[in-house]
Amino acid sequence: MKLARSSKIAALAATGALALVGCSSSDSASDSGASDGMIGGAECATGTIKASGSSAQKNAMTEWINAYQTACEGATIEYSPSGSSAGRADFINDQVAFAGSDSAMEGEELSQAAARCDANPPINIPMVGGAIALTYNLEGVDNLVLTPDVTAKIFNNEITNWNDQALADANPGVTLPDAPIAQFHRSDGSGTTDNFTQWLKATAPDAWPYEPGSDWAAKGGQGSKGSDGVAASVKSTPNSIGYVELSFVETQGLKAASVDNGGGAVAPNADTATAGLASAKVTPNADAGAGDLTMEIDYAVQDPAAYPVLLLTYEIACESGNSSDALPLVQSFLTYTSSTDGQSMLSGIGYVPLPAELETQVADAVKSLS
Amino acid sequence: MSTDLKPLDAPTPRVQGSSVRLGDRIFSSLTRGAGIFVLVLMAAIGAFLVWKAIPAFQNNTGNFFTTQEWFPDANPPFFGIAALAFGTAVSSVIAMIIAVPIAIGTALFIAFFASRRASTSLGFVIDVLAAVPSIIYGLWGLQVLMNHMEGITRWLNDYLGFIPIFNNEIGIYTKSIFIASVVLAIMILPTISALSREVFLQVPRDHREASLALGATRWEMIRMAVLPFGRPGVISATMLGLGRALGETIAVALILSAAFEINWHITEPGGNTFAANIALKWNEAGPIGLSALVASGLILFIITLVVNMIARAIIAKHKEFSGANS
Amino acid sequence: MSLAEKDAEVLEGLSSQLAMRSLPRLGTLYSALIGAALTAVIVLLTPAAGIAGSVVIWYLMYMLVQTVWSFRVEGRRFAVNRLVTTVVWTTFLIALSALVWILISVTIRGLSAFSWDFLTGTMRNVSPLREGGGLLHALVGTLEQVGMAALIAVPISILVAIYLVEYGQGRLALFVTFFVDVMTGVPSIVAGLFIYTFWVLTFGFERSGFAASLALTILMIPVIVRSTEEMLKIVPNDLREASYALGVPKWKTIVRIVIPTAFGGIVTGVMLSIARVAGETAPLLLTTFLSQSMNPNLFTGAQASVPTFIWDQISSGTPASIDRAWAGALVLIVVVVFFYGLARLVARLTAPARQ
Repeated sequence: MKLARSSKIAALAATGALALVGCSSSDSASDSGASDGMIGGAECATGTIKASGSSAQKNAMTEWINAYQTACEGATIEYSPSGSSAGRADFINDQVAFAGSDSAMEGEELSQAAARCDANPPINIPMVGGAIALTYNLEGVDNLVLTPDVTAKIFNNEITNWNDQALADANPGVTLPDAPIAQFHRSDGSGTTDNFTQWLKATAPDAWPYEPGSDWAAKGGQGSKGSDGVAASVKSTPNSIGYVELSFVETQGLKAASVDNGGGAVAPNADTATAGLASAKVTPNADAGAGDLTMEIDYAVQDPAAYPVLLLTYEIACESGNSSDALPLVQSFLTYTSSTDGQSMLSGIGYVPLPAELETQVADAVKSLS
Repeated sequence: MSTDLKPLDAPTPRVQGSSVRLGDRIFSSLTRGAGIFVLVLMAAIGAFLVWKAIPAFQNNTGNFFTTQEWFPDANPPFFGIAALAFGTAVSSVIAMIIAVPIAIGTALFIAFFASRRASTSLGFVIDVLAAVPSIIYGLWGLQVLMNHMEGITRWLNDYLGFIPIFNNEIGIYTKSIFIASVVLAIMILPTISALSREVFLQVPRDHREASLALGATRWEMIRMAVLPFGRPGVISATMLGLGRALGETIAVALILSAAFEINWHITEPGGNTFAANIALKWNEAGPIGLSALVASGLILFIITLVVNMIARAIIAKHKEFSGANS
Repeated sequence: MSLAEKDAEVLEGLSSQLAMRSLPRLGTLYSALIGAALTAVIVLLTPAAGIAGSVVIWYLMYMLVQTVWSFRVEGRRFAVNRLVTTVVWTTFLIALSALVWILISVTIRGLSAFSWDFLTGTMRNVSPLREGGGLLHALVGTLEQVGMAALIAVPISILVAIYLVEYGQGRLALFVTFFVDVMTGVPSIVAGLFIYTFWVLTFGFERSGFAASLALTILMIPVIVRSTEEMLKIVPNDLREASYALGVPKWKTIVRIVIPTAFGGIVTGVMLSIARVAGETAPLLLTTFLSQSMNPNLFTGAQASVPTFIWDQISSGTPASIDRAWAGALVLIVVVVFFYGLARLVARLTAPARQ
């Protein structure tokens, strides 16, 4: 496969992040822990599998798949970012080997999915951590600080101008312009919206009276399709604000606000987000398989080093009852993604590696797939 | 050879050879079978969609036709198509208001005002543009057009703001029904223009030349000979353009802000249509959500059907005698 | 207007023609210049808008000057004629400039990412963050999906058209023609939604290129039926009558005489419908599973197509991906134009001689 070289690679490399994933893995056979027939401690498997689901983890999946396929020539993994609900539906209908979902599979879906796993319920394996950044476009303001209450009111259309007193209180000494706030949210159903509104509900229930969900519930503001749409809208509209996954902020060079949950302002980056994930608890769902790792994120965490607006994407797979064709590749691939090599690649592209302890639990869960 | 002198609309097979009769029977059964297949297919599609839409109607706690919000997967489900119907209707109507005069003018130009050589090549270009896929319009509308629209919409607000629809109270001019309508207009323009041109060119030469010979100016010739003759065709072309605007999905999904409310200020961000809503929501929809989307798709289908029926009725009423058997 | 008044007007027009009382040859140019002068005055005196506003005012002034001048010199009829001519030219230029703007945008932005590699590579192992990759897998997918849709739709549609034109009497034909009309009105997203809920969710088949073909078939059948009907109706009755008079059975007449005569038109209709569905995105989103690698198998597995490729690249949002989306759009336009041009060529080559 040939690649077109261009000077644009230099510009991209300047973000630093891409030096890791860089040119080498595309030219030569493998690097970053992969050697002939092995990658990330997992043996290469062959075959073709499909997976679908969350679009939030799309970029992470693409990088993992590329690295895996480069190291293991005989493998083809296709990931379709059609959305968490569609992914879970695909999994239940036995259309995909595993599904990516921003919210754990629970309730009735588990019993429906059991049918395809030889009557055993599937398990949720957290794999990709993400931070939801509040990206904004304000001339001359580089360090915007937002509290949950202020954020809720902005996205609820109660605060409509940047020079509102509440914003000034949260940002002492910063001159905010007298301009209407152009607020952007997701027009399509989205797991990112789901997690964002869960944070709002948990930390500012008075200002955010809506039920969290993947459909945007508040009135006002503008909807854009996809996080790419929100990022592009914020980038091209002065005095705007929106919420996107951290990876979009980093790859598009946008500004992200710091969030103050009550313990101090925390800027979103891989480290603070990992710290935030560390406070998440494993709350296995009794209806799922024995090794289930459903997590409960503590959105109200007040640690000044922990970013609270988090997103966690699970891979949902059969604990036992995987088809014998797909099992080797599924297990091998997920072993790679949960390995230190795989996880360390995440921070380079704007995602959040799992905390070390969780990583071990995840690796064990993957080992137990059968 | 002896031939039976029978009326031609029921040609009999040749007397000898049951093979001939068999051939005719097989063939006519084949064609009839194809016709029946289409019938069955369409009926199956309709029936299946209605069946899939029923859970939405059963579980809805809002009024399907008057509720503006869209929460079919909430507990309890609460949704309605009012905002969708409004957005679809308004964007299509505005698109028509912009596109139809320009399309007819273009068709007149190519048919009567351009030189012969220019008109064939121009006609080809317009025809080709009728086939440009909608995702390209969506991409262009989002990335190129939207940045240029602020000037016009701001002017409308400043000078014509007393008219409610042009009033913009928010001060933000992107992602509005107006921009979507402009893109829709550009999209249906080639379709209406190409069909109208075909109609204009079919005006019998004699009529045109007679009026010119009597000293009519070109406009008078058009007014007297062409427009009355071509009116039904132009109306049906317009209807077909409207049908396309109603069903347009991708361009609108990319451009509109997808707000579920009826907002008459069309230059403010907002608006949603049936088709765009399906494209945006289908992948995160739960079972009731999917059912609700199917229900809204059915409504869209019915609306488009009615529009097409009207177009067909207008054509049929003015149909020339055609050469074949029926 | 009374008869006398009408006569007077006609005479006046004729006399003005005879007396060659018309605007000077460069009347248009002079009107434009005078209009520019008036515009300058207006713009200086009032806080009118920028360039766009000035151009609009200039245009209005030009129309005003020319119409009034013509009215004085040539009379009402010719003044109206000039006015209408100006308006028609204007609408044409507006339409042309909008469409040219789109084509130029697509071409310029598309060419920047376009290369031979783009046409022959796939997106396998290409990161959305970086340049490179191609859409060969998408092209193959589109050609296969549209090809299969045509394979299913064309025979059925032609048979239906033959039924409606050659055999259609009675209630069944009425129902069939009504339902073909109904089918014309199916929005493309509804066709996709139907196949998704029917073929995929209810019957459990996987999302595949074939499912996409089924959705495209639903969209193609009514178009081909209608255009084939028109073509068959154009075939003169004399041909049929002559054939029957010679004792040829009906089915042979249709197969050997009517269809070959209408063949060019039928092919044109088929190509037009292919051009139309090649660019459909909405049904493909719901029925196919996007693939980054080459998959020539239409029936199993993930398969890309050019419209979903473009959609996916737009969704990635990175500058490199947007470039690829534009390049994909350029390829799609070329494919559509190619089929369209082919259709016109076939129509021109096989058209029956005009009287």
